[in-house]
Amino acid sequence: MRWLSKGELFGYLSLAALLFLVFPLTLDPFRLNLISKYLCFALVGVGIVLAWGYGGILSLGQGIFFGTGGYLMAMFLKLEASGKELPDFMVWSSTETLPWWWEPFHNFFFTILSILVIPALFAFVLSYLVFKKRVGGVYFAIVTLALALTLTVLLVGQQGYTGGANGITDFRSVMGWDITSDESKRVLYFIHVVLLFAVMGIGAYIIKSRLGKILIAIRDREDRVRFSGYDTAMFKAFAFTVGALFAALGGAMYSLQVGLITPTLVGAVASIEMIIYVAVGGRLSIVGAVYGALLVGFAKSMFSENFPTLWLFFFGGLFIFVVVFMPNGLAGVLDRFSARKKGQRESGLNAVPERTKA
Amino acid sequence: MSFDIAVMQIFNGISLFTILVLMALGLAIVFGLMGVINMAHGELMALGAYVTYMVAHVFERHLPSLMGVYLFFAIIMAFLVTFAFGWILERGFIRFLYKRPLDTMLATWGLSLVLQQAYRSIFGAQEVSVPMTKWLTGAWDMTEGIQIPLNRLFIVGLTILVSLGVYYLLFKTRWGLRIRAVTQNRAMSGAAGINTNRVDAMTFALGSGLAGIAGAVFTMIGSTNPLTGQLYIVDSFIVVVFGGVASLLGTFVSGFAIAQAQTTLEFLLSGSMAKVAILLMVIVVLYFRPNGLFAARVRQ
Repeated sequence: MRWLSKGELFGYLSLAALLFLVFPLTLDPFRLNLISKYLCFALVGVGIVLAWGYGGILSLGQGIFFGTGGYLMAMFLKLEASGKELPDFMVWSSTETLPWWWEPFHNFFFTILSILVIPALFAFVLSYLVFKKRVGGVYFAIVTLALALTLTVLLVGQQGYTGGANGITDFRSVMGWDITSDESKRVLYFIHVVLLFAVMGIGAYIIKSRLGKILIAIRDREDRVRFSGYDTAMFKAFAFTVGALFAALGGAMYSLQVGLITPTLVGAVASIEMIIYVAVGGRLSIVGAVYGALLVGFAKSMFSENFPTLWLFFFGGLFIFVVVFMPNGLAGVLDRFSARKKGQRESGLNAVPERTKA
Repeated sequence: MSFDIAVMQIFNGISLFTILVLMALGLAIVFGLMGVINMAHGELMALGAYVTYMVAHVFERHLPSLMGVYLFFAIIMAFLVTFAFGWILERGFIRFLYKRPLDTMLATWGLSLVLQQAYRSIFGAQEVSVPMTKWLTGAWDMTEGIQIPLNRLFIVGLTILVSLGVYYLLFKTRWGLRIRAVTQNRAMSGAAGINTNRVDAMTFALGSGLAGIAGAVFTMIGSTNPLTGQLYIVDSFIVVVFGGVASLLGTFVSGFAIAQAQTTLEFLLSGSMAKVAILLMVIVVLYFRPNGLFAARVRQ
């Protein structure tokens, strides 16, 4: 098998050209920063492609991991911005001393490590236990949705430790390097794009490996794979954990680039929005997910600037249309188009998963 | 805790229970019997609430003498409108998604966004509320310390009535028999001459209609805004899943357990921590009983 099909190769190359050349050369700093924001969700999207598109695990709680990554990063940034003093929101809610679990976040490397470890560990333990019980499909979606809701309520309720409904904002620097200027935002943008391509590479590698094949098999007929002697719970938990890790990276980049993290980014609505990015781009295509995040993010900004009342009509309608008529998103449409031109039938691998497990 | 406070606490719990049950009953029918996850169920409830609001306005303007009984009329209207709307939805797009339960979830979420915006465009983003019926204001003073608001008592009565109605429909009529037959074995029911498409549409419409009643009742204790539905949807899902999707009895028991636990914990802890505790408790219980408290024993 070839490493990349022609369509995929075109997708990756065009994306690289857009992100490395076209956007940085043509957009003003404000727009470029918006692109950075969309790309945070693209990182989450790559994880969703793995977990949902290939593992068949629909999580309506990616906001949990996005938010955890974001808050962990925000704790570090806030501590650095506050210097020797207590973070401002703690003073406002009359918290007297810094809680002990905030202390380690003075250290940048500890913060990075915690972003890589904490959400992934939580995702793994949770999902392995649940999948071991053979709970999946709709139930897993609702459990994750409930968890996202729980975390939101907790974040809003514990104002003295988390900044409450306003979240944490007002960041200045990373280890002395000012992150608010246009120039440093540009640098951050490039770091982000490189990170995104690294994540896409890891995702593509997993999908193309034998592991990816097993994931597809589990998605389509889990019991058969189990009867063949595989520990399906472990494979699914792995896919979910990688998805959580990518989401946490997205959240951390969000705090860093947008300069704000709030409980709304954790909740049910945000979590489901992350799913639609992928649904639009194509749940089976990593490049598609990134394009989906860019397109929907762009549409959202455009609508909310020009026709704020129409946004939800458009977004909801898009949601219904894509799910009902284009289950594999834009990438699926392009695939089918090019396959028809060549007179081929759709390959079995990329066919619509007709029987997704309930 | 004194006796008075304990009684009031239990009544508060029962009051929350009735609301949860009215919401969850419709959901349990659609989810439990048909396997459809309707994320727009909360918006159907809001539709019922807005219908009540409109009926109240019509009565206020044209039939002020009948304001005392507008509520009964409003409840029936709310049921009929949401019932019809549910029918259209099922025929319009839900039936195309029966084989893809996860996608149904996403598509109905999209629908809920569209409906929210529609409510916002039509009724405005502010809260609307209906005038309180006179004979439902005030409270019943059982003893010195125990006062039970009449409107809550009315809701408890209505919930009992609706529950009995649903029980009768599902277990005592031919129509209910058909619904249960299709749930158990679609292909055989079809072979035995049951029009399964029609049954699907009716079942979905019934579930939607119950959401409408829940919405109408809801106007009696709170005001309605475009996001009202979203506030309750996750709670009612949790009630249904916790109780076991295939069991209506489970919905009642879990609704009762969750409502009592929530009001008790709210009394002891803060509101948000109570919520967190409940959600975590449900997740833990679901871990040990993945199919809910009252799992139907079926082969998968």
